[in-house]
Amino acid sequence: MQVSANRAGNPGRKLLRFTRRINPDRVYAILMILPSVILLAIFVYGFIGQTLWWSLTDWAGLEKNAEKNYIKLDNYKTLFSDITGMRFRQELVNTFFFTLFFVGGCLILGFILAVVLDQNVKGEGLFRTVFLFPMALSFAVTGTIWRWLLNPGGGINALPKMLGADAWNYRWINNRSPYTFNWHEVPLTTTLLIIAVLLFFIFRQIWRRKYLATIYLGVPMALLFLWMWSDWVSWDDTQAMHGTFNWQDVPRYVVAVIVIGFVLYMVSLLWHGKRRAALILGIPTAVVLLWYAAGGTDNFPNVEFPEAYGFNIALVGVIIAAVWQMSGYTMAMYLAGIRGVPEELREAARVDGCSEWQVYMRIVLPMLRPITLSAAIVLGHISLKIFDLIFAMAGIDHWPVSVPGVQVYYTMFRSNKFAVGSAIAIVLLIMVASVVIPYLITSLRAEHEL
Amino acid sequence: MSKRIVSLVIVLVLLLVMAAPTMAQDGPSGELEIFSWWAGDEGPALEALIAKYVELYPDVEVNNATVTGGSGVNARAVLKTRMLGGDPPDSFQVHAGQELIGTWVVADRMEDLTFLYEEEGWMDKFPQGLLDLLSYEGGIWSVPVNIHRSNVMWYVPAKLEEWGIEAPATWDDFLAVCPTIQDAGVTPLVVGENWTVNHLWESVALAELGVDGWNGLWAGEKAWTDEDVVAMWDKFGEILACTNIDVDAATLSWQQATDKVIAGEAAFNVMGDWAAGYMVTTLGLEPGVGFGWVPSPGTAGVFMMLSDSFGLPKDIKNYDAAVAWLKLLGSVEGQDIFNPLKGSIAARLDSDLSLYNAYLQSAAADWQSNEVVGSLAHGAVAPESFSSEFGTVMEIFLNSRSGIAAANAAQAIARQAGIAG
Amino acid sequence: MSVFTWIILGLLVGSLGTYLLFSDRGRNPDHGALIGGIAGAVGSLVLLIPLWIYVYVQGKQPVYELPKDRPPLSGKHLTRMALYAFLILMMLVYLLPVYTVVVTSLKTPKEAGKLAKVWDLPTEINWKSYETALDELGPQLKNSFILTISATIISAVMGSMNGYVLAKWKFPGANIIFPLMLFGMFIPYQSILIPLFQFVQDIDLGGTIYGLIIAHVVYGLPITTLIFRNYYAEVPTEMLEAGAIDGAGFFGIYRWIVFPLSLPGFVVVIIWQFTQIWNEFLFAVTLTDQSSQPITVALALLAGGEAVNWNLPMAGAVLAALPTLVVYIVLGRYFIRGLLAGSVKG
Repeated sequence: MQVSANRAGNPGRKLLRFTRRINPDRVYAILMILPSVILLAIFVYGFIGQTLWWSLTDWAGLEKNAEKNYIKLDNYKTLFSDITGMRFRQELVNTFFFTLFFVGGCLILGFILAVVLDQNVKGEGLFRTVFLFPMALSFAVTGTIWRWLLNPGGGINALPKMLGADAWNYRWINNRSPYTFNWHEVPLTTTLLIIAVLLFFIFRQIWRRKYLATIYLGVPMALLFLWMWSDWVSWDDTQAMHGTFNWQDVPRYVVAVIVIGFVLYMVSLLWHGKRRAALILGIPTAVVLLWYAAGGTDNFPNVEFPEAYGFNIALVGVIIAAVWQMSGYTMAMYLAGIRGVPEELREAARVDGCSEWQVYMRIVLPMLRPITLSAAIVLGHISLKIFDLIFAMAGIDHWPVSVPGVQVYYTMFRSNKFAVGSAIAIVLLIMVASVVIPYLITSLRAEHEL
Repeated sequence: MSKRIVSLVIVLVLLLVMAAPTMAQDGPSGELEIFSWWAGDEGPALEALIAKYVELYPDVEVNNATVTGGSGVNARAVLKTRMLGGDPPDSFQVHAGQELIGTWVVADRMEDLTFLYEEEGWMDKFPQGLLDLLSYEGGIWSVPVNIHRSNVMWYVPAKLEEWGIEAPATWDDFLAVCPTIQDAGVTPLVVGENWTVNHLWESVALAELGVDGWNGLWAGEKAWTDEDVVAMWDKFGEILACTNIDVDAATLSWQQATDKVIAGEAAFNVMGDWAAGYMVTTLGLEPGVGFGWVPSPGTAGVFMMLSDSFGLPKDIKNYDAAVAWLKLLGSVEGQDIFNPLKGSIAARLDSDLSLYNAYLQSAAADWQSNEVVGSLAHGAVAPESFSSEFGTVMEIFLNSRSGIAAANAAQAIARQAGIAG
Repeated sequence: MSVFTWIILGLLVGSLGTYLLFSDRGRNPDHGALIGGIAGAVGSLVLLIPLWIYVYVQGKQPVYELPKDRPPLSGKHLTRMALYAFLILMMLVYLLPVYTVVVTSLKTPKEAGKLAKVWDLPTEINWKSYETALDELGPQLKNSFILTISATIISAVMGSMNGYVLAKWKFPGANIIFPLMLFGMFIPYQSILIPLFQFVQDIDLGGTIYGLIIAHVVYGLPITTLIFRNYYAEVPTEMLEAGAIDGAGFFGIYRWIVFPLSLPGFVVVIIWQFTQIWNEFLFAVTLTDQSSQPITVALALLAGGEAVNWNLPMAGAVLAALPTLVVYIVLGRYFIRGLLAGSVKG
């Protein structure tokens, strides 16, 4: 994603100016863009507003002029705390893991392929074409194909038979169990290690005065920590499977993540000697902290019974299909990025005694950071709102792999609950916006600063 | 392709009409769009009915619009977008009962068909219990075409003999033979995609709660949290342990699940009696020899029914043609053309039983003598606000395997849908 | 200029040909769907050929230039071998699904049903799956062509105009309006689904292909505007000023300077929109009915329904994938450029 214009060709964004302040041409210019602006204003913002309003009503049923009564945030409360919202909560967790592994998988695989293809390979064009072709397919086609391939009785499972071995017995998207493991064993140390690494980067970003990055690193760190905490320490061993977390803890998590964010921000302010700002920030933080300690989160709307959520193994099949389709995209992005690194730079590094591996790690990789970021944003927003792949692979009924995008459709066109469907859609919008808007702002601002 | 034949017939008929403009024209004309989910194996029955319609009303061009998907799951979503979009089909298939009433009648989208019943003298031709299902606020809202039975257990007699077991009379009997069958490397009971699990559940619930208990749940007289309901869920869990639910269920259509029974990979299958149609017509098996059946365990003497019916939406383009279609559907002739091919029995009480195969004759006999209850999975007893959320209950159960959790969830959802006891 | 004329002519002939050949009056009940399918392929080829010629007239403009003096990773023979082994292995992994799809689609229903033998070659080639799939999906294929071609052209033209204005004309509020427009590209379409649905119904286009075309035009605007804006930003403003001095106004500059320069931009945008609209699913499944739905929806319903015979959905998948694959293979370079320039909307 390249939101900003090519910098080399755009020195100072020079615009056409005419001597007279108002001339017909400028009027034409505005007139020509006006239809698009109006259309988008209605179709994007007007419609979002309408959905937002409906999400606050009790609209259900198929009457022609259905009654819509304002019921405040009840639909959201239902989604997050009522038993009928269980599917939605499951889907939020699914989306989180799907996004994590899908984006990560695409980035890593794409990078490896790009580096290998960069080695002056014979037939590079052919390889590139093959790796990229799934991109041209529709998710509906991909879903249909992989539904067939992941059929437990055949497909991938029958592959070993070709080589004379026994068929696999893996259940793919039919699997109903979450991934479980005991935190007391190896993963505990691993997680602690990851948390430590994240902390290191957080402080590095603080040092560099990149506050936004601090938050974006701080949130996964806090989540990881709390997940581990919930399972390892605070949740009774007998109640749930390891590797899952209890939804009842979520309000506490949310507050904890906010507090951690505030504290990190305060630390960065203090670090740079802004004591007064830190103090101003410190007071609300302390209040929240006290309120938290006094058990204020217990009054949040919450689910009635403990609900255990974790990574559904069934998602593996969907992730494979999605990575198969989109890894070519990251490969293309990375390859273009790698080829954009001036050969002189690499040569200079080689002269300084760097091995080819070091050239990639020290010279090329840092220059690919903007590409990684934009690829992650693009893939991230695709995975947050994914619908067609799941629809084609598993239908709209199969919980273990369902996501909010599917649930919107189900709620509206199966259960006739249009207001609840709107509420899910708004949650989806907020999730996507929290990823996209900061990115849009920073990249457009960067363009103006040029 | 039969579709081609139909269109060819239409073209020929149209040519005929054009060639002979002096022919009397008293029937309806124009188009007729029939919306259903009867495709594939279930298609020929509908096509035969349409052929008859075209024969009766040559001036009408019939558009057979089908949306595939077991039990109409896809079709219902498409139908909703069309109705909301102000583009209703001239007549559409809908399960008789709450799926019709709770969704379409209360939304004021349907025409009252009482006039048609009176005109055609149908009032005493259909069983009263069925008419009750189709009635709401003094109107009758659709024409039932057929009756299916939900609580049937299918097997292959030769295979049972080979394994040395008999078809179980109760679920306890089934649980007793379950290990024996598993030892033979066979799945004792096969289930398929999502809705087929609900389908199995309703047979179990009927067996464990009895007719009064089952009806009580829907009449709001019995709570989901009652002890026997919780116990029923736990029993259901034990039964599920004898199925392929954790193996490949989600990717199997009901036909594929049936195939497994026929192939000897599974011993039993609880499925509606459209499975008989599939086994007779598509697989070419003889009832009683190629496959056998009993009422699902613990439900002998009870007929859990569902009925496909066609309604008349408001604001349609071809009213006359649609009414003529409904007339054909409700007639003895129409029902006896359709049902032997579809593998169901006629909803009317005066159909010619000699046209039906051995299975259907036995079902018709049961239909006359058994106690009749409605199906949940097929839209008869509960409105969609409950039945669509029942999947939540089922998921909660499948994930927790806890009867209490499922019962609590079901009670909460029933309360929201306004049918809680 | 001649190339430009070619493209316009191709677009016109292509869309007209597709439309005429597809329109119901030319259909005969026996072969209608088959003719429809073939006509669609011909129509899209007519659309593609001028573009393809253009690629060659313009000479090769590779996206990735491998520096000629790039040394191989390592002179060691073994490393190179391992490298190729890895690439070939990955290629096989990527092509595996294609193999199954093609093989399954050529089997008889009975053979396709044998799950354990999915990887075996068909014992006899059964072309009937394609015939049946064309029969069942032909009308939807036609819908997809009508939808894709018209929505692509309209959104490309509007996007070009917007891009020109945003890149080269100063007007108040542009810096606010552009990001606001851009955001429309990222929103989850579920969040505007019901209002859109109601709107389309209110203007009496519910269940038709036209409602879907409008949706795709509008929600395609952000991406086309973005690509064109970035493209035009590279055109030196001095050139435009020269045009202005020669007396050209707003439209004159566009017609004589900007538009001729923007042909590569059009190719990128058209290809991008073509693939995106062809592949889209959510709008398609809600805004259309059986008679107007595009092929992606028909395919999902075909495969998600009572799919006992998997040869049929597989043949359907091939049909649904073919047009975009052809575009990708013939014009892959521009496809990649679209990826890099404007990138994906999901």
